[in-house]
Amino acid sequence: MAETSPEPILRVHDLSTRFFATFGVVHAVDGVSFDLHPRETLGIVGESGSGKSVTALSILRLVPSPGRVVSGTVELAGQNLFDLDAEAMRRVRGNTMSTVFQNPMTALNPALRIGWQLDEAFLAHDRGTKEEARDKTIETLQAVGIPDALERAESYPHEYSGGMRQRIVIAMGMVNNPQLLIADEPTTALDVTIQAQVMELMKRLIDEHDMALILITHNMGVVANMCDRVAVMYAGEIVEEAPVDDLFEDPRHPYTWALLASLPSIEDVDARLPAIAGFPPDMVDKPTGCRFLERCPFAEEICADHPELVELGEGRKSRCWVAQRGETFAERDVSLLRGEVLE
Amino acid sequence: MSLTAPAGLQPSPSSGRPLLELDEVVKHFIVRKRGFLAGRSTVHAVDRVTLAVKEGETLGIVGESGCGKSTLARVAVGLYKPTSGSIAFGGVDMSQKSEEATEARRQMQMVFQDPTGSLNPRLSIRESVAEPLRAGGVKKVEARVDEILDLVALKSEYGDRLPHQLSGGQQQRACIARALIREPRLVVHDESVSALDVSLQAQVLNLLRDLQERLGLTYVFISHDVATVQSISRRVAVMYLGQIVELAPSAEFSARPLHPYSIALRSAVPVPNPKVERQRARIILRGDVPSPLAPPSGCRFHTRCPAVQDVCRKEEPRLIEHRDGHWATCHFAGQFDKTMQPVPIADPRAKGDPP
Repeated sequence: MAETSPEPILRVHDLSTRFFATFGVVHAVDGVSFDLHPRETLGIVGESGSGKSVTALSILRLVPSPGRVVSGTVELAGQNLFDLDAEAMRRVRGNTMSTVFQNPMTALNPALRIGWQLDEAFLAHDRGTKEEARDKTIETLQAVGIPDALERAESYPHEYSGGMRQRIVIAMGMVNNPQLLIADEPTTALDVTIQAQVMELMKRLIDEHDMALILITHNMGVVANMCDRVAVMYAGEIVEEAPVDDLFEDPRHPYTWALLASLPSIEDVDARLPAIAGFPPDMVDKPTGCRFLERCPFAEEICADHPELVELGEGRKSRCWVAQRGETFAERDVSLLRGEVLE
Repeated sequence: MSLTAPAGLQPSPSSGRPLLELDEVVKHFIVRKRGFLAGRSTVHAVDRVTLAVKEGETLGIVGESGCGKSTLARVAVGLYKPTSGSIAFGGVDMSQKSEEATEARRQMQMVFQDPTGSLNPRLSIRESVAEPLRAGGVKKVEARVDEILDLVALKSEYGDRLPHQLSGGQQQRACIARALIREPRLVVHDESVSALDVSLQAQVLNLLRDLQERLGLTYVFISHDVATVQSISRRVAVMYLGQIVELAPSAEFSARPLHPYSIALRSAVPVPNPKVERQRARIILRGDVPSPLAPPSGCRFHTRCPAVQDVCRKEEPRLIEHRDGHWATCHFAGQFDKTMQPVPIADPRAKGDPP
């Protein structure tokens, strides 16, 4: 696990982002708070619509219309990003804080040579001359294992394979030695053998650059491989937060427990899987009680009240009344997860 | 959810005889380039694949993008015409234009990855699901549609909605319903759960299992995800650059993968256990999959194989049965364990024919 200094590099407090759509207000992110320390990798996991990507976009101040951050603060190295004007924010992005998105093809301009695009990341932040930028570009391409970097800098994105493109996008995010990298599903579009290459690369670069990383993914295997700490999101909220080993060994929220139980393992063969019944709630009419209530096998009367994210000690937090009472789920019978398709 | 088979969808006994047989199937695509570099080149998408799918079983096909697994599926159900080789379904030669072949084609259906792209956005779910029946000249479809929606646990009222008013999981169940409405014997799933969220994947996989038992269906289940394929399949085939490199019963494949590519593929999958992830040595394949425009000589995996020998570059290995029902194309199959360490085995070809 990475060593952490007491002062967090990123402090997200009570962040809420809503989308004001014609059919109603979608509560995409609803009161999310977390800290991130230097050199730490935090995984944010959750299913589509759980708010994990919108959380990242909110931190970057890139929420698309009709979405809007309605409350909260995001402090990067002590400065509230919501106080910055557009120009100051532009200087933060790609500089102190950088980002890698899922699809490398849309992150690169198909009409410009790779070398030029990497130079630009350097020049846009007035880091030096064109010659210095090109030196840095070649060095960067070599660092991410692109052979014949000098020649390949003259190639266009479509002349690279998917894995190479994603390595370049990651390299681009690191050109200016950011203190924080936000990676949203960086390996999801890649084949597993290429994913393994990219995970190794990211771990090496994070280590070399002393960077903090927010890794957003739905892949629990990638989380287990890369993260120090994990926040699990469900229906716009963090429902559990824990050091990575604790989360997998002893989940303290029924959703985390059920999610882990329903993953097909590489050792499982030809057998029925435990499955969570039903599907996540509608975030226009968000439930008033616990948002996992309808799908939870351990629901009680008290769950009709909305639980808060409460410290359980040892760096763990849970948003579950049952867990807050001290109960655990690791030993529970997975046959409780019969996984009917509920309408 | 209702688990009774509607009339006409009674299970047929799974006899274990091959329902679908592919013999030396080849599919090439010709690519024409214009301009300065004008010329024709051939994509070797599927190259000499021989495969039999038994009635009532699930055969999983796993491989990375571009390995030819989707092309193989499309050739198998007749969406593409094979360049050479033959396909038989229930003993009927599918290359002939016969009444039997037309009937056999109806008994094969497909479910694709992206349910939004597979459903007409302007048709209600009910209309989409009824379409195969109408195309077959059936007039009274309402009762059948209700039955089949019930079978995939979609409430009747969802039938009147448009695709965008349904969640991804519901849309995929509508696609499954549409595939089932003409009472097929074989359903080919091409990444049919890959676009679904983790918690819904398990639900849909279980639904597929229920439907198979109830209706005696045979599945070909294609995915890039080894764990998912293994969890639903009785047998697993691994494809690399247009060829099947390994074929084995799921349990055998999990316990003793033989081909270095299968071993590397399994090793590349990150497992949801941080302690295991920290300790294990992952086999990381260098480089990318070579272009199917010019597959490598000899063994197609030799450019990336961590245990490549001289013979691999020259001599193409054949698909050989090394144990009961466990086939692999590798000159040195069985000489490596799951971490690619050599294991002491006298002669790896002891059980099969010498190449």
